[in-house]
Amino acid sequence: MHNRLLITLLATSLAGPAAAFDAALDARVDAVSQELRCLVCQNQTIADSQADLAVDLRRQVREMLVAGKSEAEVVRYMTERYGDFVVYRPPLRADTLLLWFGPLILFGGGLMLLMRRVLKLPAATALAAHDRAHADKLLDGED
Amino acid sequence: MVPLLLFLTVAAFLGVGLNRNPRELPSPLVGKLAPQFDAAVIGRQGERFSPRGMVGKVWLLNVWASWCTSCRLEHPLLMQYAEQGIAPVVGLNYKDKDGAGVQWLQRHGNPYALSVFDPEGRIGIDYGVYGVPETFVIDADGVIQLRHAGPITKELLDERITPLIKKLNGA
Repeated sequence: MHNRLLITLLATSLAGPAAAFDAALDARVDAVSQELRCLVCQNQTIADSQADLAVDLRRQVREMLVAGKSEAEVVRYMTERYGDFVVYRPPLRADTLLLWFGPLILFGGGLMLLMRRVLKLPAATALAAHDRAHADKLLDGED
Repeated sequence: MVPLLLFLTVAAFLGVGLNRNPRELPSPLVGKLAPQFDAAVIGRQGERFSPRGMVGKVWLLNVWASWCTSCRLEHPLLMQYAEQGIAPVVGLNYKDKDGAGVQWLQRHGNPYALSVFDPEGRIGIDYGVYGVPETFVIDADGVIQLRHAGPITKELLDERITPLIKKLNGA
């Protein structure tokens, strides 16, 4: 009985760290893969895609992480070969400023147009006040 | 007036956007040293090839596979090109089964000085390959000067690749 328990303990202690390591590695591979675009099915990440190339790239990510490379190094390796296009979060650089701030500029422009419209409104409400008096009269049935 | 201008702006952006090919990606490898590898030459027992051996020559690296249907499209052009002897063409037999590449070349003709075997696509990843066929022009210093994804066309050969090779060869 004691022996069997000992063997079980020994077996789990041997298998335990390896399994934990694998799960942690899987999570890291997955995290990096989520950041990388599949090049043959361009609206998917390589984590989501079952395309041959995506499978190969996941293998490459895994091997590089196992070899002790950091996540940033793996992403750099991919961008050196496939360009900024492979990263879902593009880097902030002079030539990507429009990409990053274009939506903000559009939003600001829209907001300005809206403000100009809104500021013109008081003239219209003054007219409405006059109309309102007229309407009140009608409603009160004095006419 | 404003809605018309807005419409024209949006239409212009969409027009440009729709006419761009999203599969044609700028390669960050152009202007960089061609990645090194050392791989077996298909159909020749024991022979190996490395880009190092090509230093001093302008050459083409063409990625192909027996399962690749669009490789058939560019194949006649490559055959013609090989006959003209403008530059050696090295094949990268990408993700093929052992022996399938050799069989394919026997059936369709072999335009390559030699083809190296990349069964797992590792050399391909190093070259940023995402679709087969792909073609690289590599200069005498081992620097990638041109990269084309997809089958090559007669226009591409006549208007870009051949002039580039001539220029690189200093002719």
